Amino acid sequence: MKLQPRAGFSYYPGCSLEGMNRAYDKSARLVSKELGIDLAELDDWNCCGASAYMSIRELRAHLLSARNLALAEREKKDLAVVCPACFTNLTKTNQYMGEDPKLRRIVGSALKAANLQYLGTVRVRHLLDVIVNDIGQSDVKAKVTRPLSGLKVAPYYGCQFTRPLGEYDDKEFPMMLDTLLTWLGAEPVSFPLKAKCCGGILMTTNQSVALTLVRSLLDCATQNGAECIATICPLCHMSLEAYQGDVNKEFSTNFKVPMFYFTQLIGLAFGFGRKELGIDQELVSSKTVLEKRLVVT
Amino acid sequence: MAEKIGVYVCHCGTNIAQTVDCKSVVDYASGLPNVAVAREYQYMCSDPGQELIKNDIREVGLTRVVVASCSPLMHEPTFRRAVEEAGLNQFLFQMANIREQCSWISENREMATERAKAIVGAAVKRVIFQEPLEVKKVPVNPDVLVVGGGITGIEAALQIADSGKKVYLVEREPTIGGYMARFDKTFPTLDCAACILTPKMVSVGQHPNIELLSYSDVTGFSGYVGNFTAQIRKRSKYVEEEKCNGCGLCTEKCPVSVPSEFECGLGKRKAIYRPFPQAVPNIPVIDRDHCLYFTKGVCKVCVKFCPRGAIDFDQKETYLDLQVGTAILATGFDLFDASKVKQYGYGRLPNVITSLEFERMSHASGPTAGKILLKNGQMPTSVAILHCIGSRDQNNNEYCSRVCCMYSMKIAHLVHEKTGARVYEFYIDLRAFGKGYEEFYKRVLQEETIFIRGKAAEVTDVPQTPAEKGKLVVVAEDTLLGIVRRIPVDMVVLSVGFEPRKDVADVARIFSITRSQDGFFLEKHPKLAPVSTASDGIFVAGACQGPKDIPDSVAQGAAAAANALSLIDRKEVTLEPTVAVIDEESCSGCKICLGLCPYNAITFDETKKVSVVNDALCKGCGVCVAACPSGAIEQRNFTDDQLLAEVEAVCA
Amino acid sequence: MVSLSEEPAERRAHELGDVFLDAVYGIPGGDKIKQCIQCGTCSASCPTSYAMDYTPREIIAAFRAGLLERVLRSNTVWLCSSCYYCTVRCPSGIKLTDIMYELKRLGVEFGLVQEEAVAPTLSKAFVDLVDKYGRVPETSLVMRVLLKTKPLAALKMVPQGLKLLARGRLPLLPHRIAGISEMNKCAGAMTDALVSGLHAGRSAGKET
Repeated sequence: MKLQPRAGFSYYPGCSLEGMNRAYDKSARLVSKELGIDLAELDDWNCCGASAYMSIRELRAHLLSARNLALAEREKKDLAVVCPACFTNLTKTNQYMGEDPKLRRIVGSALKAANLQYLGTVRVRHLLDVIVNDIGQSDVKAKVTRPLSGLKVAPYYGCQFTRPLGEYDDKEFPMMLDTLLTWLGAEPVSFPLKAKCCGGILMTTNQSVALTLVRSLLDCATQNGAECIATICPLCHMSLEAYQGDVNKEFSTNFKVPMFYFTQLIGLAFGFGRKELGIDQELVSSKTVLEKRLVVT
Repeated sequence: MAEKIGVYVCHCGTNIAQTVDCKSVVDYASGLPNVAVAREYQYMCSDPGQELIKNDIREVGLTRVVVASCSPLMHEPTFRRAVEEAGLNQFLFQMANIREQCSWISENREMATERAKAIVGAAVKRVIFQEPLEVKKVPVNPDVLVVGGGITGIEAALQIADSGKKVYLVEREPTIGGYMARFDKTFPTLDCAACILTPKMVSVGQHPNIELLSYSDVTGFSGYVGNFTAQIRKRSKYVEEEKCNGCGLCTEKCPVSVPSEFECGLGKRKAIYRPFPQAVPNIPVIDRDHCLYFTKGVCKVCVKFCPRGAIDFDQKETYLDLQVGTAILATGFDLFDASKVKQYGYGRLPNVITSLEFERMSHASGPTAGKILLKNGQMPTSVAILHCIGSRDQNNNEYCSRVCCMYSMKIAHLVHEKTGARVYEFYIDLRAFGKGYEEFYKRVLQEETIFIRGKAAEVTDVPQTPAEKGKLVVVAEDTLLGIVRRIPVDMVVLSVGFEPRKDVADVARIFSITRSQDGFFLEKHPKLAPVSTASDGIFVAGACQGPKDIPDSVAQGAAAAANALSLIDRKEVTLEPTVAVIDEESCSGCKICLGLCPYNAITFDETKKVSVVNDALCKGCGVCVAACPSGAIEQRNFTDDQLLAEVEAVCA
Repeated sequence: MVSLSEEPAERRAHELGDVFLDAVYGIPGGDKIKQCIQCGTCSASCPTSYAMDYTPREIIAAFRAGLLERVLRSNTVWLCSSCYYCTVRCPSGIKLTDIMYELKRLGVEFGLVQEEAVAPTLSKAFVDLVDKYGRVPETSLVMRVLLKTKPLAALKMVPQGLKLLARGRLPLLPHRIAGISEMNKCAGAMTDALVSGLHAGRSAGKET
């Protein structure tokens, strides 16, 4: 069934998708195309500042986001992001510029030096929100050629997907990813810590604290029968995957929990292969799990 | 003939005199046209002050009076009365507010004095155009409508009925009793709620002066003070009240069991049911959504067993119009929905319950026969009570719900008494303000209830230590120690706050009363008139005006009754004549004014094809006056001439 | 980094107290901190409060009391993981996470941070990279920075790094955006325009 192309989005990948989380970018583009979501990368986008920039400079941090929003405004398209931190920074600037006339004046006039204008007309959307709410159940299900046959997935949202500015889902117990997983034929397990912090930004600065947080997440997921964890944030993904070994070392545990970006799971259900979706770049092997549930090469 | 105006500038102690140069204003006033006398005095509202005015009216022959002092809301009635007593029509008096609108808002003496002069000048110029008007007196119907049959409504109804007046008590549920009927014990005396409530309920049921309309709603309300019409809808109980003797056989035999609303869904009731055994009236009602006869056309077991043949499946709703002179709204409250605060696990984690659910469990005739039990049927060994759920919270309700601290302590006591479990209370501040309340707190402390000062952040079932396994863990910062604590317990009770009823907006609209920002009905004055409303003749009492405990609710019920009786005993009320008047000649019949009137005071005369104002309903708000495209509507005492005169004087 | 031991801490704290208070009141919604009822919801919601010298609530109390030493000498503000639980649950509607960011900024600006804190150095390095390239292909470059400041910590990450390199997840060259000079022009224009300062109490020329 050929889908009509949707109103396009300007795609804002974010810095972490250029390196560590390339597979997220790959799989996101692939499944978006399949779903008819037009994702044209925003030309010459700059870093949103993550959390580090705002820790040093406030107004220039807003300027970073404002530049991206102004660039998107030129394209007359909403911004689609896949990283909740980018989402928070861009949305926060959007909101504060609307509420605080002083901020708007200062940042707005600064943009003029680059011939850019902030108008406040661009909305920032997370790709999961676009897929679940814009595309919807029937169109997503229509593309599923290889249902995930009861794959037990712990849906991990992390913090900034809904806190503080994601109004599209609950801030304590969001359900959007759980819902999507059922559309793909997977079985989302009960995961009470689904929106708890992974300590991502502390991993390089206060590692023991971050590892403690990651450990409790891995613990809870596996205790509830999860065979893998799905993420919607590149930093969460990295914390839980790249540092799984460190957790094991620190706490004498034996976690071997494969991690998937939610777009990779969509891609698997749509029939794409491991390599196309960047699953071959994983640090914790999903081979056993995927072979058990689906025949995936 | 030229008018003779007397101008009186009040010092109001230092309130006005400190900022406004009163002598200067008096001198200015003396120089204005038509001013015969201008004086200043310390306190115009005092007896000597009023005497000044009366003397001048008698001796100088004043035809108009202007007092420059405080807001008309304060002393306009005082001066109008003084003027009438001296033989001058009270509407030939005008007040100039040089306090609230002048001295209290200026720091600059020069500016304030200039401003005062302008205000006085405006009043002087305007008062010439004022005409004598007569107040209207209307009789007061002695019957009273009380809406809501909880403890507040019951108190109000009994007070009025005992004085010999007739009361119509309208209650939405099949029985009166309200929330209090669902409580186990009441703080601080630990009286059994039903024991102290049911005698009053019985009195209401048996009182010759109270007509109890249960299972009924008010669908319309119109009229004006002393003369209201209430439209009542009596819903079908499908049981004939005159025939039923309350034997209860039908409820026993009915095969259909559904969750009971009275029991918060923790227990069951039948499709034909009484909410609780001491219901007044003791007449069961049929829930047609679940009754097998109504849903499937079968059964009729109740008919078979009823010894009086009281079941009537064909019973229709009835409507009646009641004529009353006053109304008292005692419609109560609803509880905050704890599922909105997902971090506490209500609805997700077993054994997280609300305070009301606890009351039902603790109640001797409740779903667990008074035993405090976990979902697995065992008694808890530890219970946590979380204060301020949904209250004092900008994310939900900003106000403090007043009663929760005390009822939380009561729950702590009941848990201690019935289970011996360890009890924790997580609070932000403790509010134990009433008689015997602080002493009750000491009692509960003595029972070793552990008070932790810190609002619980969440309740989780994910254990971090072996001791937490299988428990509910309350996470809170013990702010007095500065440590974040995780307390494992068996049961969590959420102390949810009060909210306005779900349909409060509809009720407010029917009675044309306003609500405060928190959604409860708005009283006329929070300090001095807590049970009156801006609508004369309509009173509010109890939790519908704001969260409060039983003593305060009863006090307000009695206060509202006193207010109503005072009105009734006056036999007639005075209506302000400052109403809108439509000039028939100028009215083009466009009907624009009809829809605009917030008091439904304008009707259309089909024969003359003009709009007509009912001057008893009209409150003089002025909306129709402003809106009329033909300028056919004028407001008495606010005529164009008068208003333009004020404007001219100020702009001069 | 100027340490507090150079001046009588009390005097410095007293002078700075008002400056800091004004700065916090000045951020969007920062004024709400006056409404803190010290309920402790923030501390209990915070995933890292267990490791903090002073809990978030204590930081607000100390801050309002002018006990800046306590506020800034502690590890608290740099342990904030920006999870925003405190912000969404605070009954007084205080945007505590944003206030933590302001406290971080103030700490860096006035050189008042814990000697051993790594986070400020890291954040500053991040800022430099963004200002230079416009994008930060994260860990790789960050690790390069760490090598300069905390070689031992960086060394621990080498096996990790090698693993990532093998998987093709380690970009080695930064991507410089086309509009970088223009972006810096905008930043310059903003500093110039900020004569009176966005926030009361902030003097001209202060880092924006």
